[in-house]
Amino acid sequence: MSGPSDLAVETHGLTKVFSGRPAVDGIELSVPVGSTYGFLGPNGSGKTTTIRMLLGLLSPTAGSWRLLGREMPGAAMSTLPEVGALVEGPAFYPWMTGRENLERFDSMGPGRPSRSRRARIDDALARVGLTAAAGKKYKAYSLGMRQRLGLASALLVPRRLLVLDEPTNGMDPQGTREIRNLVRELATGGTTVFLSSHLLSEVEQVCSHVGVMHRGKLLAQQSLSDLLASAAPRLRAEVDQPEEAAQVLSGLGLDDVLVAGRQVSGGLAGVPPELCCRALVEAGIGVRMLVPEQVSLEDAFVALTGEGFDVAG
Amino acid sequence: MWLVEARTVFSRARVRALLVVLVAVPVFLAFAVYLAGGPHNGQGPTFLDRASHNGVFTALAGLVVTMPFFIPLSIAVMAGDAVAGEASMGTLRYLLIRPAGRARLLAAKGAVLALFCMVAALVVVMAGLLAGVVLFPHGPVVTLSGTTIPFLDGVGRSLLASLVVGASMFGLGAMGLFVSTLTDVPIAAMAVTIGLVIVSGILDGVSQVAFLHPWLFTNYWTSFTDLVRDPMHWGLVWKDLLLQLGYVAVFGAAAWARMVTRDVQA
Repeated sequence: MSGPSDLAVETHGLTKVFSGRPAVDGIELSVPVGSTYGFLGPNGSGKTTTIRMLLGLLSPTAGSWRLLGREMPGAAMSTLPEVGALVEGPAFYPWMTGRENLERFDSMGPGRPSRSRRARIDDALARVGLTAAAGKKYKAYSLGMRQRLGLASALLVPRRLLVLDEPTNGMDPQGTREIRNLVRELATGGTTVFLSSHLLSEVEQVCSHVGVMHRGKLLAQQSLSDLLASAAPRLRAEVDQPEEAAQVLSGLGLDDVLVAGRQVSGGLAGVPPELCCRALVEAGIGVRMLVPEQVSLEDAFVALTGEGFDVAG
Repeated sequence: MWLVEARTVFSRARVRALLVVLVAVPVFLAFAVYLAGGPHNGQGPTFLDRASHNGVFTALAGLVVTMPFFIPLSIAVMAGDAVAGEASMGTLRYLLIRPAGRARLLAAKGAVLALFCMVAALVVVMAGLLAGVVLFPHGPVVTLSGTTIPFLDGVGRSLLASLVVGASMFGLGAMGLFVSTLTDVPIAAMAVTIGLVIVSGILDGVSQVAFLHPWLFTNYWTSFTDLVRDPMHWGLVWKDLLLQLGYVAVFGAAAWARMVTRDVQA
C-alpha cells in the first residue's frame, strides 16, 4: 500500500447520481505521483463526470477525494494552481486572440506573477506549436489549434498534476503525435499526468498505469504491464495435422481451442508455450510456426468488461 | 481581476454595439428636433419640448427616452450574459479550475455590471449634451421650477442625473445576474430579465395593486427629473436608491448562494 503522499489523485467511494441514475458509482482511484495514468472507458462511462468532480466543478453525491495529498474541495484554492486541466475540449473567448485569452486566464486567479506573464505565455505557445497563430482571433482557429491553445493554458506554469480529458480530440495524426511526445516529456519532467481517453492505442503508447471505467464503475486499476499480463494470452500455431494438434493442446489444458485451416489457436490458461511446442513435436505433429500472441490493451479491455468498446447505454 | 474582467467585457463587439445604440438615440433625437421642430410645450415625452431651448435638456430628454427601454435592455443583455454566457462558452469551467474562486468571480461580474450601468447612463447624457450644445443654445438653464441656473450648473445636474439613472439600474442588474446563474443559456437569462422589466412596468400601471408600487424596482426610475427642480428634490431619489440597494442585497445574496453551490456541467 502506498501512503497518501505518494498519490497525486486519491478517491474514496466517489459517487455522482444524476436524477436517480449513478453516473459514477463509488470509485476508488489511486494515481501514483509521477505516473502517466490512462483513464479508459467508452463515451458515457463516467470519465468526464469523474474529472469534473476531481476539479471541484461538480459536488459528489457521496465520497471524498484528495489531490496532491490535500483534502478537496476544502483545499481547492491552494491546490488547483498546481493542477493544469483540459476538460471536455477547450473553451475560450472567440472575439479575443489566442494570446489575449491566455493573458485573461492567467490573470483571473492567484499565484501568477504578472511580470513573468509575457515570457510564460510565449513559452507555452511555443511548446504547443502555436506561436505563429498567437495573434489570430480564437474564432478563426481550427479545432486542432483550439485544442493546442487549451494545452498551452494548462502549461502556463509548471504543474505537479495535469488532467487531460481527451487531449487529441480533433487533431490530425501529426498533432496527435506531437501531443503524445509532449505528454511523455512532461511525465519525464516529473509531472503526474491523468489522461482520459477512449483511444486504447493512445493510452497503450504513453501510459504507465491504467484505470478502466465501465458504466460508472472502475473495473480495474493497475500498471499497464500488470493489466496486460493478467489478460489470458493465446497460443497460435500452424501445423500439418490441425485436428490432432487441437486434441493435444486441449489435453494440455488450453481452453477455447479453435481450428481454422492449418492454424490452431487456444487460450494458454497458464500453460507455458514451450511445453505446448514440445508436446506437439512429441506427438509427431509437424510444427511450422508457433507464437504466444501479444495481448493488446483492447483484448484486456474486452476481457474485463465482457463486451466491446461501445457507448454505454 | 476586476480590471481584467472589465477589459474582457468592454473589448467585445456586442458590448460596444450596445453603447453605440445608446449614443445614437439622443443624437438622433436632437437631429429630429432640430430638423422638424420639437413638440409644443407640454407635449411628447418629458423634456422633449424643451430640448431645443437648451443643450442640457437635450441630454435629459435623451435619458427620459432611453430609460424605459434602451438602457434596461442593454443591462438585461449584459446581466443575462454575465454567468450564463461564460457557461455556454465553456469558459466558466476553466475560470473555476484556474481557480478564480466562485464568489470572487461573481463579485467581479457584479462590479463590471455596475460599471456598465453607470457607463450606459453616462454615454446617453454625454452624447445628448454634445449634440445639444452643437445644435441648440447653451445659455443659462430654466429649471422645472421656473428659476434660472447657470449653464455649467445645468451640465452638472444632468451628469448627476446620469449617475442616479445608472444606480437605478443596479436592482435590475442584480436580478439579471441571479437569473444568469440559474441557466447555461444566456439568451434565456436575457429574455427573463427583460420580462421582469416589462412585468414590473405593467404592475406599476395597475392601480389595483397600488400597495405593491413602492416595492417595484421600476417605480422610482423617473425620480431623476426632480434634480432639475430648484432646489433639487431628493426625496424620491433617496427612496429609489434605497430600494435598489435592497434589490441588490436580496438578489446578490441569491446569486451568491446559487453560484457557490451549483454543479457546473457546461
